[in-house]
Amino acid sequence: MRSLLPILTKKNPLDLLFSAITALASMTVIVFIIGILWVLATRSWPALQKFGIFDFVTSLSWDPVKENFGAATSIFGTVVTTVLSLVLAIPLAIGIAIFITEIAPNFLKGPVGIAIELLAAIPSIIYGMWGLFTLAPLMSKYVEPALQSTLGKVPVIEVLFRGTPLGIDILTASVILSIMIIPFTASIARDSFNLTPAVVKESAYALGATQWEVVKDVVVPYSKLGVFGGIVLSLGRALGETMAVAFVLGNNHKIATSLFDAASTITVTLANEFTEADKDIYLSSLFGLALVLFAMSFATLAISKVILMRAEKKYPR
Amino acid sequence: MKPAIELEVKNLDFFYNGNVHALKGISLPIQKYAVTALIGPSGCGKTTLLRCFNRMHDLYPNHRYGGEIIFEGRNILADKVDLINLRSRIGMVFQKPTPFPMSIAENIAYGLRLKGIRSKSELVDRIERALKHAALWDEVRDKLNASAYELSGGQQQRLVIARALAVEPDILLFDEPTSALDPISTAKIEELVVTLKKYVTIIIVTHNMQQAARVSDMTGFMYMGELIEYDTTEKIFTAPEKKQTDDYITGRFG
Repeated sequence: MRSLLPILTKKNPLDLLFSAITALASMTVIVFIIGILWVLATRSWPALQKFGIFDFVTSLSWDPVKENFGAATSIFGTVVTTVLSLVLAIPLAIGIAIFITEIAPNFLKGPVGIAIELLAAIPSIIYGMWGLFTLAPLMSKYVEPALQSTLGKVPVIEVLFRGTPLGIDILTASVILSIMIIPFTASIARDSFNLTPAVVKESAYALGATQWEVVKDVVVPYSKLGVFGGIVLSLGRALGETMAVAFVLGNNHKIATSLFDAASTITVTLANEFTEADKDIYLSSLFGLALVLFAMSFATLAISKVILMRAEKKYPR
Repeated sequence: MKPAIELEVKNLDFFYNGNVHALKGISLPIQKYAVTALIGPSGCGKTTLLRCFNRMHDLYPNHRYGGEIIFEGRNILADKVDLINLRSRIGMVFQKPTPFPMSIAENIAYGLRLKGIRSKSELVDRIERALKHAALWDEVRDKLNASAYELSGGQQQRLVIARALAVEPDILLFDEPTSALDPISTAKIEELVVTLKKYVTIIIVTHNMQQAARVSDMTGFMYMGELIEYDTTEKIFTAPEKKQTDDYITGRFG
């Protein structure tokens, strides 16, 4: 309570009122977080009590008929599509950011930058529709058969390319998701690249470095904190994204081994099944899923903060 | 005996932003193994001139050179000059210390690696030699793997000088190297500049006239993009030919 003292010792009544209003506004955030957590915890309690917390998280069963619910398949789908979309998006996003900040001539910098921001402004449902009507047919007709006849012939990894390429699967969902998160990663990476002091870049050039060497050895290390922040933000976004994936992932509660299998994420399950949840335990299990997602997002953010703080100590700005 | 000439500037013009005429018909010889100071009020073009010597202006669009700068018998302003090679022969130290986000040792190894030196023992050797030349070795020998940001501002500036020296350039350009430093660090850098002229030709831009008088052998006074007077430092500071020079060094303007 000590930090609140300056607020209370203010003499001027207007100042006191002003301080109180801003403090109240900040408090609402905490109230919301606690409120949401409270609802998730109490509503999911029946399911967690019936199945046990550990069993609920690790069980592969999602069976509304037998009323046996477990989160593992949805967690699996969430993690796989998120990781895969990051793998696809990060190299592209960083390439875009490097091009805009270091390589593009001035007349191209503006338009490309605006295009990236527009990409971020498209509502996710539109990505989902585009994914279903345009991307999925393209994937099933061209991309996936091509992958199957090339990488699908390589021993060991061929497991990933088994099955009928229908286009409604993990791969298509990850591609859509990666297109969605590219603008976030790219624009944050661009902003952090721009923070590299010109004079530090110049001193690398003055030593006889090429453009590639300056980007690789000075710009990227200098801004890796910011880029990392961008990646975490994208990770958070990919974890929670619903509409873009719901159209093209199928809704299939099983642990898929092939990229061409349908799957389900936590968000997709929630979006699809709330209306069908006719029994209390079904509804409670969905709240359980939501609680798991909350915990995953929270953990992601917490871990990234810790890493960022450590990195900040090593290379202060 | 006439001193050897390292660089010969001939009728140099420089334009930026399309056609802002920043340097106007500058001609001067730069002596080998001497310290040449460029002085003048802010905006006179001294830094612009310095940045012509390693073609730093080429990093930005809309500029144009006129005239010639002759280095080893060739015009370094020509289109076909290999800038990477040129910049490894003509090093530069900036106003603010610019260590890279790496360890102390890696900062110096960086330029060496760019030159293609891979042998570990040679790197270790040359890192030590460069740090000794920059009078920093005794202060950092026990923490070569620490981040360069842990050094003080003055130490960082000497690290940057060591980094520039490590690639064994023929010429070292200093752009107001002490303007961000305290008096003690400044004194160390000045001392260093004087000792370094045994190995390299030095051109230093400074707005501090005492500094120019202390460290340099030759001094050029610039004003509004022109080289007003160029002579031995002694002559410039005791008996300048031009009235403008006299006014500036006696503090009547600038």
